[in-house]
Amino acid sequence: MWQQVVQFYNRFASPKWFYQQSSVWVTWLSAVAITGALTGLVWGLLFAPADYQQGNSFRIIYIHVPAALVAQSAYIMMAVSGAAYLIWQRKMAAWIARAIAPVGTAFCLIALVTGAIWGKPTWGTWWMWDARLTSMLVLLFLYFGVMALQQAIESSDVGYRAGAILSLVGLVNIPIIKYSVEWWNTLHQPATLKLTEKPSMHPDMLWPLLIMIGTAYVFLLLMIVLRTRNEILWHERKRQWLSKVLEF
Amino acid sequence: MKLMLATLRRDAVLAARNPGEWLNPLAFFLMVIVLFPLAVAPEPDFLSRIAGGVVWVAALLATLLSLDMLYRADVEDGSLELWHASGEPLYALALVKALLHWCISGLPLTLLSPLLAVMLHLPDSAYLALFLSLALGTPVLSLLGGVGAALTAGIGGGSLLLALLILPLYVPVLIFAAGAVYQASLGLPYTGELAMLGAMLSLALALTPWASSAALKLNGLR
Amino acid sequence: MTGTSKTQTLCLNAYDITCERDDRVLFERLAFQITGGELLQVVGPNGSGKTTLLRLLAGLNREFSGEVRWKGREIQSVYPEYARERLYQGHTVSVKKPLTAMENLRWLCAMESPGDEALEAALESVSLAGYEYTPCAQLSAGQQRRVGLARLVISQAPLWILDEPFTALDHAGIAWLEQQISHHIGHGGAVVITSHHALTEVSTQSELVLGGGV
Repeated sequence: MWQQVVQFYNRFASPKWFYQQSSVWVTWLSAVAITGALTGLVWGLLFAPADYQQGNSFRIIYIHVPAALVAQSAYIMMAVSGAAYLIWQRKMAAWIARAIAPVGTAFCLIALVTGAIWGKPTWGTWWMWDARLTSMLVLLFLYFGVMALQQAIESSDVGYRAGAILSLVGLVNIPIIKYSVEWWNTLHQPATLKLTEKPSMHPDMLWPLLIMIGTAYVFLLLMIVLRTRNEILWHERKRQWLSKVLEF
Repeated sequence: MKLMLATLRRDAVLAARNPGEWLNPLAFFLMVIVLFPLAVAPEPDFLSRIAGGVVWVAALLATLLSLDMLYRADVEDGSLELWHASGEPLYALALVKALLHWCISGLPLTLLSPLLAVMLHLPDSAYLALFLSLALGTPVLSLLGGVGAALTAGIGGGSLLLALLILPLYVPVLIFAAGAVYQASLGLPYTGELAMLGAMLSLALALTPWASSAALKLNGLR
Repeated sequence: MTGTSKTQTLCLNAYDITCERDDRVLFERLAFQITGGELLQVVGPNGSGKTTLLRLLAGLNREFSGEVRWKGREIQSVYPEYARERLYQGHTVSVKKPLTAMENLRWLCAMESPGDEALEAALESVSLAGYEYTPCAQLSAGQQRRVGLARLVISQAPLWILDEPFTALDHAGIAWLEQQISHHIGHGGAVVITSHHALTEVSTQSELVLGGGV
């Protein structure tokens, strides 16, 4: 069992193997993502019942909640692949970590913007210092930090390592930030309506949400695979195997 | 151990001969605090409500100003490489540097706090809270900031970058420290917030030297 | 030097060293050996990885494949001990300008913790007698380098790894350093050096050329 894990890891860490296999993954991931998005959006936006308190404006959760979840998971994935790079020094791990950062940032921005749009009809203002939105904003700053650091360092080897160290420090900090922001929020002004906390959701509302969450994760994987393929193309541009593959 | 003591001594002498390096951030700290009553309103009631937050935001900014130089000179003149070559662990250097940084930034801020409390009309009940929150919170700023300083030491013009990396990580300290002062000014208990600051200090003491040491090793690879 | 009996065991070996930086191979499959009483001069154009090789031999850089052994044991496995037995001098001498020559040298030699007399003697040997208590900001660039190089006099390490030590030295300084190196080798020490300067006084030397393939 353990040997198989090591074997898989070694294969996964080989840029050549990853590049050749991943073209198939791209097809499948795209197909699942498109189907999932169509099903989830049509069901959620057209057929799910309106919320008794918030009316139709609640439907933005079908974008907001998946984006927020994926933005947080992406940060964890980025930090874990960064750690893998620091420990085992396989370059694939660094490339994957670098591939994740802008995607996570984009999801973070989507979550913030949709949160603000939802806030206008619900709270009557574009921005409330709601605990979840505030943590999301800090997460966005953490992403900015990692990307700015990698971009400022000329040597890519050093940049990957520096980014990995910073994202690990951020990873330890995320739970502390979340907890402190929640505490701060109760100290000052608790928002009466929460975007996500529902005591019980109608199944017709819940199913499309679950589908959209799954789809968002598939889409994240798809973006990571595509961006990692780009990193491989760039870094392995002088290798023979790549020119052989690209001839066909 | 020998090198740790020698470095403490050397950097203390350096700070004594270059007082501007640590006095300027302190003067900046005072000025920022003066700006708030000028910009917002000098009414005692209002000032006493925002005092904790104002002091803490100014403390964060002042800390950042002196952080940038923490490792930069040592990276440029090779002192860092020499330490690395000596066989002494780099996390010991990170601890020494954080301690030195706290002595020239956090400690003077803490000692100045009663004066600021008077200027900002902080209620009497919150004096102790402000003092204690600074005493427990500013070492965390120095330790966490050390990681950022180690990461940016070899990058030209890294001080803005340093702020970008470190400020989000300072959020919990800011929240609990300013929260403690706020609670105290309302006459509410604030030991919980201080306990949180203490917990963060222990965590930072245990973990940040390792992160700094990993970051410092990168400087040789450039 | 503590004794000549060490001469036989003093041995730095490099096996099959390959180093890659930012998708570029700096050097590949290097192998060499230096023993006590020998000097190895590493030469090559700028950017050929001389400093990287020296840092790697000093144990400061682990990002390479292959193995470096000191007295037959892998250097990282005996690291604190190896760090005491080799002296690494990078191309910058870590001299702080606000500090005096004595204060600087005291920090540079903190691991040996010599007494004030030893420090003064070392400064005298680099012809800085009379400048012991002058802040280094008032010394010239060459004099500042001499303050840094004075640690060679104090060090007991049998292996020296020196990166461009002749930079910014005048004729007298160069002669002094050459004499230090040949003295060190004459007493059974080993030296690895990068320099564009040809060392005339040392007879037992070999050369390692980097960057031939680029």
